[in-house]
Amino acid sequence: MLQTVYISFFSRSGEFAGLSNYSEVLSQPEILNVGNVSQGLAQPHGLGALIHNMIWISIHLPLSLFSGLILAIILRDVKGASIIKSIIFLGMVTPMIVGGIILRFTFEQNVGIVNGVLNVLGLGQFTRSWIEDPQTALFALIFGSVWLWTGFSLIVYSAGLTTIPKEYYEAAKMDGASVFRTFFRITLPLLKPMTITVVTMTLLWELKIFDIVYSGAGPGGGFGGAANVLALQMWVWAFRAFNFNWAATVATILTALTLVVTIWMTRYMVRK
Amino acid sequence: MKIRKTTIIIHIIAWSAALIWILPFLSVLMTSIRPFDEVLFGWWNFAEFHPTFSNYFAAWNHRDFPLGVGIRNSFLVAIPSTFIPILVASLAAYGFARFSLPIRDYLFGSVILLMAVPQQMIAVPIFQIMSNLNLVDNYIGLILVHSAWGLAWIILFMRNFFLTLPIEVEEAAKVDGASDFEIFYKIVLPMSLPALASVAVLQFMWVWNDYFLALILIYNSGSLLATQRIPLMRGVFFVDWGVLSAASVLVMLVPVLLYAFLQRYYIRGMIGWTVKG
Repeated sequence: MLQTVYISFFSRSGEFAGLSNYSEVLSQPEILNVGNVSQGLAQPHGLGALIHNMIWISIHLPLSLFSGLILAIILRDVKGASIIKSIIFLGMVTPMIVGGIILRFTFEQNVGIVNGVLNVLGLGQFTRSWIEDPQTALFALIFGSVWLWTGFSLIVYSAGLTTIPKEYYEAAKMDGASVFRTFFRITLPLLKPMTITVVTMTLLWELKIFDIVYSGAGPGGGFGGAANVLALQMWVWAFRAFNFNWAATVATILTALTLVVTIWMTRYMVRK
Repeated sequence: MKIRKTTIIIHIIAWSAALIWILPFLSVLMTSIRPFDEVLFGWWNFAEFHPTFSNYFAAWNHRDFPLGVGIRNSFLVAIPSTFIPILVASLAAYGFARFSLPIRDYLFGSVILLMAVPQQMIAVPIFQIMSNLNLVDNYIGLILVHSAWGLAWIILFMRNFFLTLPIEVEEAAKVDGASDFEIFYKIVLPMSLPALASVAVLQFMWVWNDYFLALILIYNSGSLLATQRIPLMRGVFFVDWGVLSAASVLVMLVPVLLYAFLQRYYIRGMIGWTVKG
């Protein structure tokens, strides 16, 4: 680990380079490519891996968090809940590399179910190979990863809900509190530790995302790198271009981001 | 009457969610058991339906990347990578839980921080160390990395578990003249079997499902692991989805079966690892 940080401060010829690797890496279009925002993801390299990771977080985190929470609450009163939970949790058990292949297949032009459903709904003009189209590749993968990951928040929240005493709800009902009021005043506050856990683990997972993009969009991060992410770019620089210094720089940036998340979580745990 | 209505709506929502979640798996499964020309325009067309296992045989004995060999290789890596760290880590965790060292808390804190570090951070140094030791393309190298990587979270998990065990039993054994190691092997470990099962299931699945570490350490086409063969089988110009989906099902099968049979331990491990950790 320390060696990675160390390497990131040296140039390829082995001279001490200070922070120049960092400024170089951050000015590469593979990492940050915001000059041409109007063209969006269709331009070569998309918006850059760092931005792609941020987009990933801003869509995937709230979606998987809330769908897990809502499903956990609904499933308390449903017959066969354990079967449904097992089905949704399958995505967590699947190797992510297989998950990427399944996503590619699901979004494919002719054989994919997504386009099949669009055809049935009379939206045939929108069908496409979602992951091969640079405009939609990133978003198709993100929604796919919600599908794979929701099982996690569902299981954690389900476990959390069983710790809330039934009397609280009975009392709320007697006081005439509405469903929404009960949710915001009782359920949500009592689930706060679970929320912290889910948010942290999901953030870490999103930052490290690699396999899904590799097998779903391809080792280059999709057509023109439209779905590239930091972890993938790091691998490309290290083991395709053999530029270990830049790769180490990306890895250090990535680790710094994860440490921010972890330290935030540890501080919360200590305060508790 | 009103309650009944909401109950029905809730059931509809829940089961349609389940349907959405299972559809992608179902499509892969259906594609894998049917000849490819039957599913060209969607596996949901059942005008003709001839289930066959030919895709599975094709994937298992694939011309360039036979999956059968890959699955054997994955077992060769995953089994030792599960047991080595469990042995080492449960000893270490017992130490953290029961014995006091001056720097114990700092050591423990750094173990927690290590858990968050992305694998990418160690990729370059690991690759350099392993190529210096001539362990690239060698399972020993990969097993070592997996074991080291698993140590951090297993120590944390087992320590939290050991703290819940009643210390009186161990004290009684000590009074009877048992050594620390005897206490550990004869009393503590047998009491920890459920926790150890959880750890084993999780660690095995992570190693089995891992792709990144295998990708940077195993290159020889004969020793590629099962997960490594999947993207290679996709081919460049023509994708034979039948064979590819059969391969995906085969690689998924091991963790899914483990999950199906050891669900209790898996979920308990997952929750213990996150919520209490």
